[in-house]
Amino acid sequence: MEHIELFFKSIFIDNMVFATFLGMCSYLAVSKKVSTAVGLGAAVIFVLAITVPLNWLLDQYLLQPGALKWLGAEYIDYDLSFLSFIMFIATIATMVQLVEIVVEKFSPSLYNSLGIFLPLIAVNCAILGGSLFMQSREIPTLGLATVYGVGSGIGWFLAILAIAAIREKIRYSNVPPALRGLGITFIITGLMAIGFMSFGGMLTGGDEEAKSETKTAVVVDEKVEETIVSNASETTEAKEEKVLANNIKVNE
Amino acid sequence: MGLLSKKDSKLILDPLADNNPITIQVLGICSALAITAELKASIVMSISVLFVLGLGNVVISLMRNIIPSKIRIIVQLVVVATLVIIVDLVLKAFSYELSKTLSVFVGLIITNCIIMGRFEAFALGNGPWRSFLDGVGNAAGYGIILVMVGFFRELLGSGTLLGFKVLGDPIEKTGLYALGYENNGFMLLSPMALIVVGIIIWVQRTKNKALVEDH
Repeated sequence: MEHIELFFKSIFIDNMVFATFLGMCSYLAVSKKVSTAVGLGAAVIFVLAITVPLNWLLDQYLLQPGALKWLGAEYIDYDLSFLSFIMFIATIATMVQLVEIVVEKFSPSLYNSLGIFLPLIAVNCAILGGSLFMQSREIPTLGLATVYGVGSGIGWFLAILAIAAIREKIRYSNVPPALRGLGITFIITGLMAIGFMSFGGMLTGGDEEAKSETKTAVVVDEKVEETIVSNASETTEAKEEKVLANNIKVNE
Repeated sequence: MGLLSKKDSKLILDPLADNNPITIQVLGICSALAITAELKASIVMSISVLFVLGLGNVVISLMRNIIPSKIRIIVQLVVVATLVIIVDLVLKAFSYELSKTLSVFVGLIITNCIIMGRFEAFALGNGPWRSFLDGVGNAAGYGIILVMVGFFRELLGSGTLLGFKVLGDPIEKTGLYALGYENNGFMLLSPMALIVVGIIIWVQRTKNKALVEDH
């Protein structure tokens, strides 16, 4: 139950792009075509799903104040938390390299589609941000940390997919010259972020409603992937409508 | 400028407007937006980036001939991470409240694309002094946008600047509020940062047609 709640929360309410602006650089740079956006999004999900649980273990057994007590009672006073930035980024950089090597060896077709994006990802704020938020929100168990990683990755994937679809369409509309490209992308992202804020009420509804929702959520659990895909297309459509409305305004 | 040759001063002045890291090169946006609801946080963030980028560029430039190119990303990350840890500890020691507001975004300076971008594009191929100027220039260009966004968001959102009530007191109805002015709380929400940056880009490109993109 906790897991499902955190999963949806990290996709919609605390969406990496729209709520905290993480990974904006690659979000803006790689969102010109849907196909490349999908590749990068998949790579982000993949890497977040590996690095967040790994950094959780590091945080729990090495970095937190008193984390070293498994070594013996005399280590209980050590506090290595000031090292967390450097440890996290080192883990991420090595994991990305390792994943790249493993994928190249065992699945050349996956490597061809993900491969060029993997080196980009080591310096993507979304990846480090995932680990840092995991630390600052004090996620209690390894299972929850994994769910958080995967959920945030999917949230990022949805965001880049939606903006790439919109940017493919917006090429045909009459945007003022000075806004073309970067400017309009910023403004659309802002509007999408306002749209995503409406998900904020998702977990704070009435008690009875929440219970019935959770029941269906458990049943649907296996089909989560499918729902997400349909959600993605729905959100994309919704945003496109918004963009159309926007265009109408601009034309006026 | 007596101290700087013409070419050197160009390194500092270019990124301030025509080659601005945020509005033109599209780098370092991640941290630029989330913390700009207050002017003070924007200023502190700009100073932190100035410190990290200026010093980091010098360090990388000094090491540029001994870094094997295959592992340069990791070397760069370690250099940045060290500098960011210094910034983080200093902030925690001298301004604990502010370091709570900035929370994870200080740590995210490590993956700020401006820093890696300048290391790759400039510090690996130039001497320490020129790299330092380039770092300072780019960090200042980043800072200008941050301060601009922070200024408008704080002024329109909460009617204050650096915590001073410049528009009067909303509760006692003095100053502008006596005339029926209301704060626009929407400006404090995160999406407005994107829209404000979008508008800054719009204004800049309207003034300088050479920057307009094709589709």
